[in-house]
Amino acid sequence: MAVTEIALSEPPVAGDATGAPRRFFRAVLRNRKATVGALILLLIAFVAAFPGAVANHPPEATLYAPNAGPSSSHLLGTTSLGQDVFSQLVYSTRLTLVVTLIVSLIATFVSMIVGVTSAYVGGVTDRVLMVITDVFLILPVLPLLILLAAYLPPGVTSLTVVLCITSWAFQARQLRSQGQTLRNRDFLLAARARGERGIYIILVEIVPTMTSLLVASFLSLAVYVVGFAATLQFLGLGNSSELMWGTMLYNAQQASALEAGNAWWALGPGAAVALLGTGFALVNYAFDEIGNPALRPVRRRRRRGRATA
Amino acid sequence: MAEPLLEVDALSVDYLTESGDVRAVDDVSFRVDEGEFLGIVGESGCGKSTLLFAVAQLLSPPGEVAGGAVAFHGTDMVRLGREDLRHMRWRDYSLVMQSAMNALNPMKSVAAQFSDTLAAHGGATGDEARGRSVEVMQLVGIDPVHLESYPHQLSGGMRQRAMIAMALLFTPQLVIMDEPTSALDVVAQQSLMTKVKDLQHRLGFAVIFVTHDMSLVSRYSDRVLVMYAGQVAEAATTDAIFSEPRHPYTRGLMSAFPSLRGPRRELLGIPGRPPDLAHPPTGCRFHPRCPEVMPQCLTIEPDLYAVGQTDVRCLLYVEQAKQAV
Amino acid sequence: MRYLGRRLGLFVVTLWAALTVNFIIPRVMPGNEAQAVLASFRGTVNAAALHALEIQFGTGVHQNVFVSYFQYLGNCLTGQFGVTAQNVPVMSEIGSKLPWTLGLVGVTTVLAFVIGTFVGMISAWRRGGRLDSVLPPSLFIVSTVPVFFIGLLLIYIFAVKLNWLPLSGNYSIGATPSFSLSFVGDVLKHAILPGLSLVIVTAGLWVYSMRNNMITTVAEDYVKMGRAKGLPNRRVMFDYAGRNAILPNLTGFAMQMGYVLGGSIVVEYLFSYPGLGYLFYTSTTDHDLPLMQGLFLFYTLAVLVCVLIADLATALLDPRSREA
Repeated sequence: MAVTEIALSEPPVAGDATGAPRRFFRAVLRNRKATVGALILLLIAFVAAFPGAVANHPPEATLYAPNAGPSSSHLLGTTSLGQDVFSQLVYSTRLTLVVTLIVSLIATFVSMIVGVTSAYVGGVTDRVLMVITDVFLILPVLPLLILLAAYLPPGVTSLTVVLCITSWAFQARQLRSQGQTLRNRDFLLAARARGERGIYIILVEIVPTMTSLLVASFLSLAVYVVGFAATLQFLGLGNSSELMWGTMLYNAQQASALEAGNAWWALGPGAAVALLGTGFALVNYAFDEIGNPALRPVRRRRRRGRATA
Repeated sequence: MAEPLLEVDALSVDYLTESGDVRAVDDVSFRVDEGEFLGIVGESGCGKSTLLFAVAQLLSPPGEVAGGAVAFHGTDMVRLGREDLRHMRWRDYSLVMQSAMNALNPMKSVAAQFSDTLAAHGGATGDEARGRSVEVMQLVGIDPVHLESYPHQLSGGMRQRAMIAMALLFTPQLVIMDEPTSALDVVAQQSLMTKVKDLQHRLGFAVIFVTHDMSLVSRYSDRVLVMYAGQVAEAATTDAIFSEPRHPYTRGLMSAFPSLRGPRRELLGIPGRPPDLAHPPTGCRFHPRCPEVMPQCLTIEPDLYAVGQTDVRCLLYVEQAKQAV
Repeated sequence: MRYLGRRLGLFVVTLWAALTVNFIIPRVMPGNEAQAVLASFRGTVNAAALHALEIQFGTGVHQNVFVSYFQYLGNCLTGQFGVTAQNVPVMSEIGSKLPWTLGLVGVTTVLAFVIGTFVGMISAWRRGGRLDSVLPPSLFIVSTVPVFFIGLLLIYIFAVKLNWLPLSGNYSIGATPSFSLSFVGDVLKHAILPGLSLVIVTAGLWVYSMRNNMITTVAEDYVKMGRAKGLPNRRVMFDYAGRNAILPNLTGFAMQMGYVLGGSIVVEYLFSYPGLGYLFYTSTTDHDLPLMQGLFLFYTLAVLVCVLIADLATALLDPRSREA
């Protein structure tokens, strides 16, 4: 499902690249949602990169009193095996984040190739690619994920593969629409006249112009990948010995953490998943507003007369 | 002089943007008498459409009335309560928009769009509503069988006429038209304007007609208001404006249109582009493009000076206006 | 008409794809999963069903893979989806659990759609109001939270801590199913938390997309015209703006069904609610392949039906689409 049905009305001009990062940065700072979202993402990235700086216990050592609630030495309590929940959470951040980013990148990339090729080549190729895309869009995602994951060896690699297979179709149509509006623009006709080959045109001319839509696609995807990855692992289709938020949730659920007294063993990683998803979603929401000024908050002057409807 | 039908007094409209407020309409005043046809002309971006919507009380955020009054038969609509205003809508004054394709609800039939208006203002329903709908369609010359059609099923000219028919449902005293002919070809344009004038003579309503097309104005209006950069540049009767344009901008507009019967002459047009209203020029807003610019034009903002029957916003006439007083 | 033809073509292709996925997976899965499944089935399942399974897997039967494929397709088209590990026909197993999921998902989906669309429409209509600045972003954020977390939170707060609502199941243990008021009340009590989890997550998405559609629609000239005609505010909002803004939502609604069904699997697992989702989950842990595949097909079919309904609704509402 599209986070925004409104395609960017005017794609940025090709020569815009130099000013764009700076303008984007400033736009992010001015928009509150974007700032909050960006801060969340930076925080999580920091934790992923330097877990040791944040956590105060080794994540998997079963040294402590099991099933304890939160305390000053164990911020989120301990697991049923006597491990420190908080440290586990912190150390699980890296793998979770890496998987999310890799899947989102691959899926966006494939999506782009499919969308742009479809738009640029047109004809039968377009129809075939779109039918394939539609099929993947209609096939219900979680059931397909479960079906696939149940038959592959549990682990991060399978998880990544399975998520990529079900995510690439998500944005393909939007990217194709964008590609179609660009297709006959002057700079492309010039490239064709110069005799450049199709692949070159696609990669060097079209793609950079689509950066903002690609970033938006990446962000939208990331929101859902975070959730789906955790959900699959929660259902038991991951490898419970790997350090990820989803596997923590599975272990906690198996040990009935909610009732056993250390609810934070489940709520902690769950909240972390929600937080990461929210971070991506906020930046994405703000991205929609930056790209489409009609969506921005509206100022109203309170006047003594009638308020305008 | 009889009481005017509509009196706009020092009306200003601002757009509230993130980088500050932009004044799109600046201190505009004019009046419309009963049965009069007033043409408002100007380039794109001069604020004429904004002015129109402000008069019709249809501004939406970020646009807002920043000051002034719009009095219809003496009642100031800007300060009127929402319900009272709603009662005035369509019965006292109605609106015809530029593109009927965009102005008509694509999901409702023409009949449905007529009847919901009728129902909203006095409960005419069923046969009564049907009867009135047929009447107005015949007024504009469309076969009433098209009442059951959806907007996309009608041709451009028919859609525009249907919009005019809709505007006449309550035989209002004032019909405001925003470039109703721009989307039509020349032949359809001519036929529509003839019909409008004919209806005006029969039913006696006044018209405010916004356009960028001087030829239409010259043929059909009684009085003309020339707008530039959100301000009134010149206001006079049609005859006066066309025979003796005073403001250099008006003169420029005249010289941009060839006359079909007059001598052949060089088409001059007006060099330059309209100013950015967020940062208007100092002094007279027209001075960067004015062929008769004087040193004081860069610093002094001209008021509207009355010269004979014309009001003109140009420092060229300061002396004449003073002498008249 | 041509459009309808193309849509039906798409449906057929999708169903075929789902069937093919079902066929391919056991054959490409690494290790001896297939053998393990067959072994676990051998004791309990009747011979004919076992044979059909062998054909599908291509084990123990010396056949060309394409022949097996077409035999398998033939079986599916005639409604023979095999039996579960307990030797119960897959179709009847699905049939018995269907009402519970239908009730849960059906009601929550409609509720979420109605609430979400309504709130989105109103919040967009009053731009700049307090509703618009608070509700859409917060609901949108809530909708991005995975449904299992909402479920966990609800369980923790309402079932564990407050003990207001039951933790699991679709009715209390020991109660006998009937249409009595007490039983129905019991069922409803058990359905509240799972239903709430689903509604919370899905409504947010509707609010966001309806609001964005409304904002674009409100800028249209015909909405301005509606106001100009002096129609009551509510009329313009519903009849002029809302009616047009909802159209893209309808197609989105259908595509969303896949997401909602996935959410129902998670929710049923979380609450041990014995519907199709829970069945699907247990079939994976039991390695009950025919059941899994049958359910997967069922889910795909459900989404297709929703897409069809959405297409019909669009045709009904939008006079322009009837011409095409």
